[in-house]
Amino acid sequence: MTKRRKIRMRTIVVHLLAWGVALIWMIPFLGIFSTATRPTSEVAFGWWQLNRYHPTLDNFISALTEPRFSISIGYVNSLIIAVPATLVPIFVASLAGYGFSRFSFPMRDYLFLSIVLLMSVPAQMVAIPVFQIMVNLDLVDNQLSLILLHTAWGLPWIILFMRNFFTALPLEVEEAARVDGASDLKIFFRIVLPMAIPAFASAGILQFMWVWNDFFFALILIYTTDKMPATLLVPKLAAGQQLTDWGLLSAGSILVLIVPLALYVLLQKYYIRGMIGWTIKG
Amino acid sequence: MREALAGIRRSLRLPSFLHRGGGDQRTARLGPRARKTATRVVFLAPALVLVIFLVVYPVLQTVYLSFVTPQGTATLGNYERVITDPTTLNPAGLPWPPPLGTLLHNALWIAIHLPISLFFGLWLALILREVKGSSIVKSAIFLGMVTPMIVGGVMLRFLFEQGPGVVPAFFDAAGIPSLARSWLLYRETALLGLIFGSVWLWTGFSLIVYSAGLTTIPKDYFEAAKIDGTPPHRMFFRITFPLLRPMTLVIITMTLLWELKIFDIVYAAVDRSGGTRGSADVLSLQMYRYFVTGATNPVYYGLAAVVATLLTLLTLVGTAWLFRRMVKRG
Repeated sequence: MTKRRKIRMRTIVVHLLAWGVALIWMIPFLGIFSTATRPTSEVAFGWWQLNRYHPTLDNFISALTEPRFSISIGYVNSLIIAVPATLVPIFVASLAGYGFSRFSFPMRDYLFLSIVLLMSVPAQMVAIPVFQIMVNLDLVDNQLSLILLHTAWGLPWIILFMRNFFTALPLEVEEAARVDGASDLKIFFRIVLPMAIPAFASAGILQFMWVWNDFFFALILIYTTDKMPATLLVPKLAAGQQLTDWGLLSAGSILVLIVPLALYVLLQKYYIRGMIGWTIKG
Repeated sequence: MREALAGIRRSLRLPSFLHRGGGDQRTARLGPRARKTATRVVFLAPALVLVIFLVVYPVLQTVYLSFVTPQGTATLGNYERVITDPTTLNPAGLPWPPPLGTLLHNALWIAIHLPISLFFGLWLALILREVKGSSIVKSAIFLGMVTPMIVGGVMLRFLFEQGPGVVPAFFDAAGIPSLARSWLLYRETALLGLIFGSVWLWTGFSLIVYSAGLTTIPKDYFEAAKIDGTPPHRMFFRITFPLLRPMTLVIITMTLLWELKIFDIVYAAVDRSGGTRGSADVLSLQMYRYFVTGATNPVYYGLAAVVATLLTLLTLVGTAWLFRRMVKRG
């Protein structure tokens, strides 16, 4: 009897701890939500003071329409950059990943390992030369430069990811097609690519989020406000005032945060699979 | 090298990863040799061109820039200048409060943030096995990983600001006035605030990886140990933790890389000068400032290249450590 009670106690304690931690972890999110949805003057003594709470969307509207750093233009720019910077590397990396998984050539594994090692290079390590390259190509302050850079930057891990996926695919169908005289490219486009759609979803969601969340590369390559992705505009919402307009800043933060958040919630399965596959591949 | 690859493959428990051999038999089924070569080029060339052009060449060029003057003469002066700069290492600030220099700030970040987020994530992953609605708890904690780091930085600033922030209000209520002010404005608390705050952003990573790892351990192990009467702490140290080793290595490396590269958080939470007298400055921020100055004074490109190269060296040490540990095991 006492043993059962002890187990009961333990269950309760463990639940309290786990849910308590989850609650504490949510506090900052609750904070910016509470701040974004009412006039800034009401949060001077803490967003948790709810005795005066006048819900309003004013902060969101000003963040979206503020002429100097409108988040709505930032949204469009982020999409203009992130969509091609997701699709192109996935396609290019699939070709390469397939090559690494199916063909044999001298130094293949060394080449592959070298590419994988590039995953650990910090962004700072390429900043100066990339900037100079883009100056020479006259692409500084042009979103194309960011698309190119993100494409190249995403390739190493997507190649690793796609290669692992292709190597795990059964060979029979491809072999049958080859016997029927199909070329490598035809096999790749007609047979392999359609089977790889779940892998594309996993790689795509991670790459899209990485590009959407990126700040450093954009900071180095984009200088005009109306070409900036949304992340670059966030610190601008806070700058230039004596007192931080927390309502505006919170609203802007939520607007930038909501896109990766929604993707994560809607496509959690693919996200986690991509994440785990990318790190441990269990 | 071949054994190394096999070792990595085995320790990652990946029949496929870095798989050697399989492709050779497949090659035999391809057509004439010329066509084969052409096809390989089509498959690999686009990726290689992009990677060489925008990753490999820039990396080498940065190393080169770190060793030359703007006129192109070889020099170690850039390294000397960066390492003797109090921004990088500030012995006068030791032991406390910051600024201690970016190198030590990043080291401090690793020393505090790595063990806390690793073990906290592990502990959560362990207890969540017995919790109802654990997927909701996991998602809540994982939110920090999905958050753009620039927004994460804004949220940290919000968290620690006197007035709207929870943390100063908490310490005010607890009767500790020295912590009841805007943490990030003061040298004594800015760096620590950011480091503890970043635990909030990053714990989700170790939680998710450990949770995935725990599902790969067969239940029989625990049941057998239970029947033998093994006490829980022994079960943990003898069974669970050793079996989670690959996950631990991955988490340590990824966390280490993240801590070394930390940028957006500090940029948004304090400013690009690294806060009051640089008390929360970090290597990547220092590199960025040098880069900006480089536009008008090319000497600074050399200094920026030095900081970037040091950052990469530290990163490579971390990665190499992971690979060696994995190979040793295999």
